[in-house]
Amino acid sequence: MNPDRRQLLVWGAAAAAAALAPGLRLVELALARSPEEAASALQRWGLLIDITKCVDCDVCVTACREENGWTGHERPETDPQWIRKVGLRDKRTGYAQTLPFMCQHCEHPPCVDVCPTGASFKRDDGIVLVDKHTCIGCRYCVMACPYGARSFIHEAVSGQKADVPRGKGTVESCTLCVHRVDRGEIPACVEACNRDGGKAMVFGDLNDASSEIHRRLKREPSSQIRADLALNTGVRYQGL
Amino acid sequence: MMRIAVALLTVALAVAGFAAAEEKRARRVAVPVVKIENGEACVAPTAEMRRDHMNMLLRQRDRTLRQGIRETRFSLKNCVDCHASRETGSVLGKDGFCSSCHTYAAVSMDCFECHTPLRQKQVATRP
Repeated sequence: MNPDRRQLLVWGAAAAAAALAPGLRLVELALARSPEEAASALQRWGLLIDITKCVDCDVCVTACREENGWTGHERPETDPQWIRKVGLRDKRTGYAQTLPFMCQHCEHPPCVDVCPTGASFKRDDGIVLVDKHTCIGCRYCVMACPYGARSFIHEAVSGQKADVPRGKGTVESCTLCVHRVDRGEIPACVEACNRDGGKAMVFGDLNDASSEIHRRLKREPSSQIRADLALNTGVRYQGL
Repeated sequence: MMRIAVALLTVALAVAGFAAAEEKRARRVAVPVVKIENGEACVAPTAEMRRDHMNMLLRQRDRTLRQGIRETRFSLKNCVDCHASRETGSVLGKDGFCSSCHTYAAVSMDCFECHTPLRQKQVATRP
Protein backbone atom coordinates (compact mmCIF):
# COMPACT_ATOMS: atom_id res chain seq x y z
CA MET A 1 0.00 0.00 0.00
CA ASN A 2 1.50 3.34 -0.90
CA PRO A 3 1.59 6.08 1.75
CA ASP A 4 -1.05 8.20 -0.03
CA ARG A 5 -3.54 5.40 -0.07
CA ARG A 6 -2.79 4.65 3.55
CA GLN A 7 -3.35 8.29 4.45
CA LEU A 8 -6.69 8.17 2.66
CA LEU A 9 -7.65 5.16 4.75
CA VAL A 10 -6.67 6.97 7.93
CA TRP A 11 -8.81 9.97 6.98
CA GLY A 12 -11.63 7.64 6.12
CA ALA A 13 -11.30 5.99 9.51
CA ALA A 14 -11.21 9.40 11.20
CA ALA A 15 -14.37 10.45 9.40
CA ALA A 16 -16.03 7.19 10.40
CA ALA A 17 -14.94 7.72 13.99
CA ALA A 18 -16.46 11.19 13.99
CA ALA A 19 -19.70 9.69 12.68
CA LEU A 20 -19.67 6.72 15.08
CA ALA A 21 -19.52 7.98 18.61
CA PRO A 22 -17.35 10.32 20.63
CA GLY A 23 -14.55 8.48 22.42
CA LEU A 24 -14.47 5.58 19.96
CA ARG A 25 -11.76 6.27 17.43
CA LEU A 26 -11.17 3.86 14.61
CA VAL A 27 -7.83 5.48 13.75
CA GLU A 28 -6.06 3.63 16.54
CA LEU A 29 -7.94 0.43 15.76
CA ALA A 30 -6.91 0.66 12.13
CA LEU A 31 -3.26 1.37 12.90
CA ALA A 32 -2.56 -0.84 15.93
CA ARG A 33 -0.48 -3.83 14.97
CA SER A 34 -1.65 -7.22 16.23
CA PRO A 35 0.95 -9.56 17.78
CA GLU A 36 0.71 -11.86 14.75
CA GLU A 37 1.53 -9.08 12.34
CA ALA A 38 5.13 -8.44 11.26
CA ALA A 39 6.78 -5.04 11.53
CA SER A 40 6.20 -3.19 8.30
CA ALA A 41 8.39 -0.99 6.15
CA LEU A 42 5.44 1.40 5.83
CA GLN A 43 6.43 2.68 9.22
CA ARG A 44 9.67 4.20 10.34
CA TRP A 45 9.96 4.83 14.03
CA GLY A 46 11.87 7.86 15.15
CA LEU A 47 12.49 10.34 17.91
CA LEU A 48 12.52 14.10 17.92
CA ILE A 49 14.41 15.68 20.80
CA ASP A 50 14.02 19.39 21.47
CA ILE A 51 17.19 20.39 23.27
CA THR A 52 15.83 23.77 24.25
CA LYS A 53 13.36 21.94 26.49
CA CYS A 54 15.86 19.39 27.78
CA VAL A 55 16.53 20.26 31.40
CA ASP A 56 19.41 19.23 33.59
CA CYS A 57 17.96 15.92 34.73
CA ASP A 58 18.49 12.26 33.87
CA VAL A 59 14.99 10.78 34.12
CA CYS A 60 15.34 9.38 30.59
CA VAL A 61 18.51 7.50 31.53
CA THR A 62 17.00 6.22 34.76
CA ALA A 63 13.81 5.14 33.01
CA CYS A 64 15.80 3.31 30.32
CA ARG A 65 17.89 1.52 32.91
CA GLU A 66 14.79 0.56 34.84
CA GLU A 67 12.89 -0.63 31.77
CA ASN A 68 15.71 -2.56 30.15
CA GLY A 69 17.51 -3.74 33.26
CA TRP A 70 21.01 -2.63 32.33
CA THR A 71 23.17 -1.88 35.31
CA GLY A 72 26.83 -1.10 35.68
CA HIS A 73 29.56 -2.24 38.00
CA GLU A 74 30.80 1.26 38.80
CA ARG A 75 33.33 0.90 35.99
CA PRO A 76 32.49 3.72 33.57
CA GLU A 77 35.00 2.52 30.96
CA THR A 78 33.18 -0.75 30.34
CA ASP A 79 29.71 -0.30 31.83
CA PRO A 80 26.83 -0.49 29.33
CA GLN A 81 25.27 2.78 28.16
CA TRP A 82 22.09 2.51 26.15
CA ILE A 83 21.41 6.19 26.62
CA ARG A 84 23.50 8.96 28.16
CA LYS A 85 23.23 12.66 28.83
CA VAL A 86 25.79 14.68 26.92
CA GLY A 87 26.71 18.20 27.95
CA LEU A 88 27.67 20.84 25.36
CA ARG A 89 29.31 24.15 26.23
CA ASP A 90 30.27 26.99 23.96
CA LYS A 91 33.84 27.81 24.93
CA ARG A 92 33.56 31.47 24.06
CA THR A 93 30.19 32.35 25.50
CA GLY A 94 29.90 29.63 28.12
CA TYR A 95 26.39 28.74 26.88
CA ALA A 96 25.67 25.21 28.10
CA GLN A 97 23.21 22.68 26.71
CA THR A 98 22.46 19.10 27.60
CA LEU A 99 20.92 16.38 25.48
CA PRO A 100 20.10 12.68 25.67
CA PHE A 101 22.11 10.58 23.25
CA MET A 102 21.57 7.01 22.14
CA CYS A 103 21.52 4.76 19.06
CA GLN A 104 20.38 7.02 16.22
CA HIS A 105 18.58 4.18 14.36
CA CYS A 106 20.11 5.03 10.99
CA GLU A 107 18.50 4.17 7.70
CA HIS A 108 21.94 3.04 6.50
CA PRO A 109 23.51 1.76 9.71
CA PRO A 110 27.30 1.21 9.61
CA CYS A 111 26.95 -1.37 12.40
CA VAL A 112 24.88 -3.53 10.06
CA ASP A 113 27.37 -3.11 7.22
CA VAL A 114 30.30 -4.41 9.24
CA CYS A 115 28.64 -7.24 11.16
CA PRO A 116 30.24 -10.53 10.02
CA THR A 117 27.38 -12.76 11.18
CA GLY A 118 24.33 -10.70 10.33
CA ALA A 119 23.53 -10.29 14.01
CA SER A 120 23.35 -6.53 13.71
CA PHE A 121 20.28 -5.78 11.64
CA LYS A 122 17.64 -3.20 10.87
CA ARG A 123 14.04 -4.21 11.32
CA ASP A 124 11.56 -3.31 8.60
CA ASP A 125 10.19 -0.45 10.67
CA GLY A 126 13.65 1.11 11.00
CA ILE A 127 14.65 -0.08 14.46
CA VAL A 128 18.29 -1.18 14.56
CA LEU A 129 18.82 -4.22 16.79
CA VAL A 130 21.35 -6.89 17.73
CA ASP A 131 20.35 -10.53 17.35
CA LYS A 132 22.21 -11.86 20.37
CA HIS A 133 21.61 -15.43 19.20
CA THR A 134 24.07 -14.86 16.37
CA CYS A 135 26.27 -12.13 17.89
CA ILE A 136 29.78 -13.46 18.43
CA GLY A 137 30.97 -10.45 20.38
CA CYS A 138 33.57 -9.31 17.85
CA ARG A 139 32.67 -5.65 18.48
CA TYR A 140 33.17 -4.51 14.89
CA CYS A 141 29.87 -2.65 15.24
CA VAL A 142 31.13 -0.88 18.35
CA MET A 143 34.04 0.40 16.26
CA ALA A 144 31.91 1.25 13.22
CA CYS A 145 29.19 3.24 15.00
CA PRO A 146 30.02 6.94 14.66
CA TYR A 147 27.84 7.71 17.68
CA GLY A 148 29.50 5.34 20.17
CA ALA A 149 26.06 3.95 20.84
CA ARG A 150 26.93 0.31 21.36
CA SER A 151 28.15 -1.41 24.50
CA PHE A 152 29.66 -4.81 25.06
CA ILE A 153 28.59 -6.95 27.99
CA HIS A 154 31.80 -8.01 29.71
CA GLU A 155 30.39 -9.87 32.66
CA ALA A 156 27.79 -12.54 33.35
CA VAL A 157 24.33 -11.06 33.78
CA SER A 158 21.53 -12.15 36.05
CA GLY A 159 18.12 -10.74 36.88
CA GLN A 160 17.30 -9.75 33.31
CA LYS A 161 13.90 -8.36 32.41
CA ALA A 162 11.69 -10.90 30.64
CA ASP A 163 11.29 -8.65 27.59
CA VAL A 164 14.93 -7.62 27.42
CA PRO A 165 17.31 -10.59 27.32
CA ARG A 166 20.97 -9.62 27.84
CA GLY A 167 24.01 -11.82 28.21
CA LYS A 168 27.76 -11.85 28.51
CA GLY A 169 29.78 -11.71 25.31
CA THR A 170 27.22 -9.86 23.19
CA VAL A 171 26.81 -6.28 22.06
CA GLU A 172 23.79 -4.19 22.92
CA SER A 173 22.36 -0.74 22.44
CA CYS A 174 19.13 1.22 22.53
CA THR A 175 16.31 -0.88 21.07
CA LEU A 176 13.91 2.06 20.93
CA CYS A 177 12.07 -0.09 23.52
CA VAL A 178 11.02 -2.42 20.72
CA HIS A 179 9.04 -4.62 23.12
CA ARG A 180 6.95 -1.61 24.14
CA VAL A 181 6.59 -0.33 20.59
CA ASP A 182 5.28 -3.75 19.53
CA ARG A 183 2.66 -3.43 22.26
CA GLY A 184 1.67 -0.01 20.92
CA GLU A 185 3.41 1.92 23.69
CA ILE A 186 6.11 4.60 23.51
CA PRO A 187 9.72 4.15 24.66
CA ALA A 188 10.41 4.41 28.38
CA CYS A 189 12.67 7.48 28.02
CA VAL A 190 10.00 9.43 26.15
CA GLU A 191 7.34 8.49 28.66
CA ALA A 192 9.58 9.52 31.58
CA CYS A 193 10.59 12.79 29.91
CA ASN A 194 6.97 13.71 29.31
CA ARG A 195 6.03 12.80 32.87
CA ASP A 196 8.94 14.03 35.00
CA GLY A 197 11.33 15.81 32.66
CA GLY A 198 11.20 18.78 30.32
CA LYS A 199 8.80 17.20 27.79
CA ALA A 200 11.60 17.39 25.25
CA MET A 201 11.08 14.06 23.45
CA VAL A 202 8.53 12.98 20.87
CA PHE A 203 8.28 9.44 19.55
CA GLY A 204 6.40 8.51 16.43
CA ASP A 205 6.23 7.24 12.89
CA LEU A 206 8.30 9.42 10.56
CA ASN A 207 6.29 8.18 7.58
CA ASP A 208 2.88 8.91 9.05
CA ALA A 209 1.83 12.36 7.88
CA SER A 210 -0.70 12.64 10.70
CA SER A 211 1.85 12.01 13.47
CA GLU A 212 3.19 14.84 15.61
CA ILE A 213 6.80 13.98 14.79
CA HIS A 214 6.14 14.10 11.04
CA ARG A 215 4.30 17.42 11.31
CA ARG A 216 6.99 19.03 13.41
CA LEU A 217 9.84 17.80 11.24
CA LYS A 218 8.03 19.22 8.24
CA ARG A 219 7.41 22.66 9.75
CA GLU A 220 10.25 23.26 12.18
CA PRO A 221 14.03 23.20 11.76
CA SER A 222 15.76 20.07 12.98
CA SER A 223 19.12 18.40 12.53
CA GLN A 224 20.77 15.03 12.44
CA ILE A 225 24.00 14.48 14.30
CA ARG A 226 26.83 13.91 11.84
CA ALA A 227 24.50 14.60 8.93
CA ASP A 228 27.62 14.64 6.75
CA LEU A 229 27.71 10.84 6.97
CA ALA A 230 24.32 10.68 5.19
CA LEU A 231 23.07 7.87 7.41
CA ASN A 232 19.56 9.37 7.62
CA THR A 233 19.11 8.91 11.33
CA GLY A 234 15.77 8.11 12.93
CA VAL A 235 16.64 10.30 15.92
CA ARG A 236 16.48 14.03 15.17
CA TYR A 237 17.39 17.02 17.32
CA GLN A 238 16.06 20.54 17.56
CA GLY A 239 17.88 23.54 19.00
CA LEU A 240 21.33 22.11 18.44
CA MET B 1 -8.48 -77.18 20.07
CA MET B 2 -5.53 -78.27 22.12
CA ARG B 3 -3.20 -76.72 19.58
CA ILE B 4 -4.95 -73.35 19.79
CA ALA B 5 -4.78 -73.41 23.58
CA VAL B 6 -1.05 -74.15 23.48
CA ALA B 7 -0.47 -71.36 20.97
CA LEU B 8 -2.45 -68.89 23.08
CA LEU B 9 -0.55 -69.88 26.19
CA THR B 10 2.77 -69.42 24.37
CA VAL B 11 1.77 -65.97 23.19
CA ALA B 12 0.59 -65.00 26.68
CA LEU B 13 3.85 -66.19 28.22
CA ALA B 14 5.89 -64.36 25.60
CA VAL B 15 4.01 -61.09 26.23
CA ALA B 16 4.40 -61.45 29.98
CA GLY B 17 8.09 -62.18 29.58
CA PHE B 18 8.57 -59.19 27.31
CA ALA B 19 6.78 -56.89 29.72
CA ALA B 20 8.86 -58.15 32.60
CA ALA B 21 12.09 -57.60 30.64
CA GLU B 22 10.95 -54.11 29.72
CA GLU B 23 10.24 -53.30 33.33
CA LYS B 24 13.58 -54.68 34.41
CA ARG B 25 15.36 -52.62 31.79
CA ALA B 26 13.50 -49.52 32.88
CA ARG B 27 14.62 -50.11 36.43
CA ARG B 28 18.22 -50.64 35.38
CA VAL B 29 18.42 -47.42 33.32
CA ALA B 30 18.03 -44.23 35.27
CA VAL B 31 15.35 -42.04 33.72
CA PRO B 32 15.10 -38.29 34.26
CA VAL B 33 12.66 -37.12 36.86
CA VAL B 34 10.84 -34.28 35.17
CA LYS B 35 8.39 -32.48 37.38
CA ILE B 36 5.62 -31.26 35.13
CA GLU B 37 3.45 -28.77 36.96
CA ASN B 38 1.01 -28.12 34.13
CA GLY B 39 1.16 -31.13 31.85
CA GLU B 40 -2.32 -31.22 30.42
CA ALA B 41 -2.58 -27.89 28.70
CA CYS B 42 0.66 -27.60 26.76
CA VAL B 43 0.75 -25.98 23.32
CA ALA B 44 1.23 -29.36 21.60
CA PRO B 45 0.97 -33.06 22.56
CA THR B 46 3.73 -34.29 24.90
CA ALA B 47 5.42 -36.51 22.32
CA GLU B 48 5.62 -33.64 19.87
CA MET B 49 6.91 -31.26 22.52
CA ARG B 50 9.64 -33.71 23.54
CA ARG B 51 10.83 -34.11 19.98
CA ASP B 52 10.31 -30.62 18.58
CA HIS B 53 10.38 -28.01 21.34
CA MET B 54 13.79 -26.76 20.26
CA ASN B 55 12.62 -26.19 16.69
CA MET B 56 9.50 -24.40 17.87
CA LEU B 57 11.62 -22.10 20.01
CA LEU B 58 14.13 -21.52 17.22
CA ARG B 59 11.46 -20.59 14.71
CA GLN B 60 9.62 -18.36 17.14
CA ARG B 61 12.84 -16.64 18.21
CA ASP B 62 13.64 -15.48 14.68
CA ARG B 63 10.07 -14.45 13.94
CA THR B 64 9.89 -12.39 17.11
CA LEU B 65 13.28 -10.73 16.92
CA ARG B 66 13.62 -10.19 13.18
CA GLN B 67 10.02 -9.55 12.20
CA GLY B 68 8.48 -8.38 15.42
CA ILE B 69 5.84 -11.12 15.47
CA ARG B 70 5.07 -11.60 19.12
CA GLU B 71 2.72 -14.56 19.26
CA THR B 72 2.77 -16.05 22.71
CA ARG B 73 2.04 -19.69 21.84
CA PHE B 74 5.59 -20.90 21.19
CA SER B 75 7.38 -18.11 23.01
CA LEU B 76 10.01 -18.91 25.61
CA LYS B 77 8.23 -16.59 28.01
CA ASN B 78 5.10 -18.69 27.69
CA CYS B 79 7.08 -21.90 28.36
CA VAL B 80 8.67 -20.44 31.47
CA ASP B 81 5.44 -18.92 32.79
CA CYS B 82 3.75 -22.31 32.68
CA HIS B 83 6.60 -24.68 33.56
CA ALA B 84 8.50 -22.78 36.26
CA SER B 85 8.53 -24.57 39.58
CA ARG B 86 5.93 -23.51 42.10
CA GLU B 87 8.55 -23.41 44.84
CA THR B 88 11.39 -21.55 43.16
CA GLY B 89 9.53 -19.88 40.30
CA SER B 90 12.31 -21.01 37.95
CA VAL B 91 12.78 -23.59 35.20
CA LEU B 92 16.39 -24.09 36.29
CA GLY B 93 17.81 -25.62 39.45
CA LYS B 94 17.88 -29.22 40.62
CA ASP B 95 14.26 -30.05 39.88
CA GLY B 96 13.78 -27.32 37.32
CA PHE B 97 11.63 -28.32 34.35
CA CYS B 98 14.26 -27.51 31.72
CA SER B 99 17.41 -28.31 33.65
CA SER B 100 16.38 -31.73 35.00
CA CYS B 101 16.02 -33.24 31.55
CA HIS B 102 18.85 -31.30 29.94
CA THR B 103 21.25 -32.39 32.68
CA TYR B 104 20.16 -35.99 32.16
CA ALA B 105 20.63 -35.79 28.39
CA ALA B 106 23.87 -33.81 28.75
CA VAL B 107 22.58 -31.23 26.29
CA SER B 108 23.59 -27.73 27.25
CA MET B 109 21.12 -24.96 26.63
CA ASP B 110 22.13 -21.35 26.26
CA CYS B 111 18.67 -19.77 26.52
CA PHE B 112 19.10 -18.68 30.10
CA GLU B 113 22.48 -17.06 29.65
CA CYS B 114 20.44 -14.10 28.41
CA HIS B 115 16.77 -14.88 29.08
CA THR B 116 15.35 -14.91 32.57
CA PRO B 117 14.46 -18.40 33.86
CA LEU B 118 11.90 -16.92 36.24
CA ARG B 119 8.15 -16.92 35.86
CA GLN B 120 6.70 -13.46 35.25
CA LYS B 121 3.01 -14.24 35.62
CA GLN B 122 1.57 -14.53 39.09
CA VAL B 123 0.22 -18.03 39.70
CA ALA B 124 -2.84 -18.79 41.74
CA THR B 125 -1.76 -20.47 44.97
CA ARG B 126 -2.90 -24.03 45.39
CA PRO B 127 -5.67 -24.52 47.95
